[in-house]
Amino acid sequence: MNGTHLKEKYELLHEIQKWRFRVLELALFLDTHPDDSRALEDYNEAAKRLHSLQRTYEERYGPLMNFSGASGGHTWTWIEEPWPWEIGT
Amino acid sequence: MWIYVKHLQRPVRVSRCDVGLAKLILTQFGGPDGEFSASWRYITQAFTMPTGRTKALLIDIGTEELAHLEMVGTLFHMLIRDATPQQLRSAGLGEQYAVHGFANFLNSPGGEPWTSSYIQATGDPVADLTEDMAAEQKARAAYERLLCSTSDPDVREVLSFLREREVVHFQRFGEALQHVQSYLDNPRHLWPGFTPEQKD
Repeated sequence: MNGTHLKEKYELLHEIQKWRFRVLELALFLDTHPDDSRALEDYNEAAKRLHSLQRTYEERYGPLMNFSGASGGHTWTWIEEPWPWEIGT
Repeated sequence: MWIYVKHLQRPVRVSRCDVGLAKLILTQFGGPDGEFSASWRYITQAFTMPTGRTKALLIDIGTEELAHLEMVGTLFHMLIRDATPQQLRSAGLGEQYAVHGFANFLNSPGGEPWTSSYIQATGDPVADLTEDMAAEQKARAAYERLLCSTSDPDVREVLSFLREREVVHFQRFGEALQHVQSYLDNPRHLWPGFTPEQKD
């Protein structure tokens, strides 16, 4: 993968991290405020966004999660390096 | 079950190799108030929580702590990966290197192996949630000490984020404790461990 592609890949990954964080933070809030309809609306919106970003990423670069049920594509890219603790992203 | 996501919760970078700092950061990996203790404290306690929302919260925060263990582990890995064995030795990680090489292992900075006596699951939701609130404060204090121990801007950014998460978790556990207390005020809701006969 060349430099531009790598940059695009990490930018998309960073977007996914931001939206997953939003989903996580709202989920914790909803665990103790399950009747807060505004928080639930925000959660659903963020979850939709995360889901679509994740699908785009997985179509382009392969699975982001193990055992998630997302397609393995034509080549088994799960084994590709670097792993998260190596790049730090 | 758990599913692995192949990215960190947020990016982790370090500006330079710093073995001495890595040694201190080990406390949040395998030390008493570290992320490993946190995740397994909450996940083990979840089994006997009395309500859906407390079970959900403990599993969710326990899961986030595993992601923090990965971030702290990444900091440790990046801070030592370019060091020589001699540098590890002179910065106080010589014993760690002799036994574990460059591996991440669940030790405290003093070299004590992680032990389950760092954590507790009493089966009593009030006792457990109160312990969880204290645990978050202890971890917050630890992150503040680590922040005082380095001027590396990249490491500080990660430590500040992790510190902030302790504050949010403390808030959520406080809300869960209030919820459990009002739940247990209802005489129909028995304290865990009591059978109806004992209660009468």
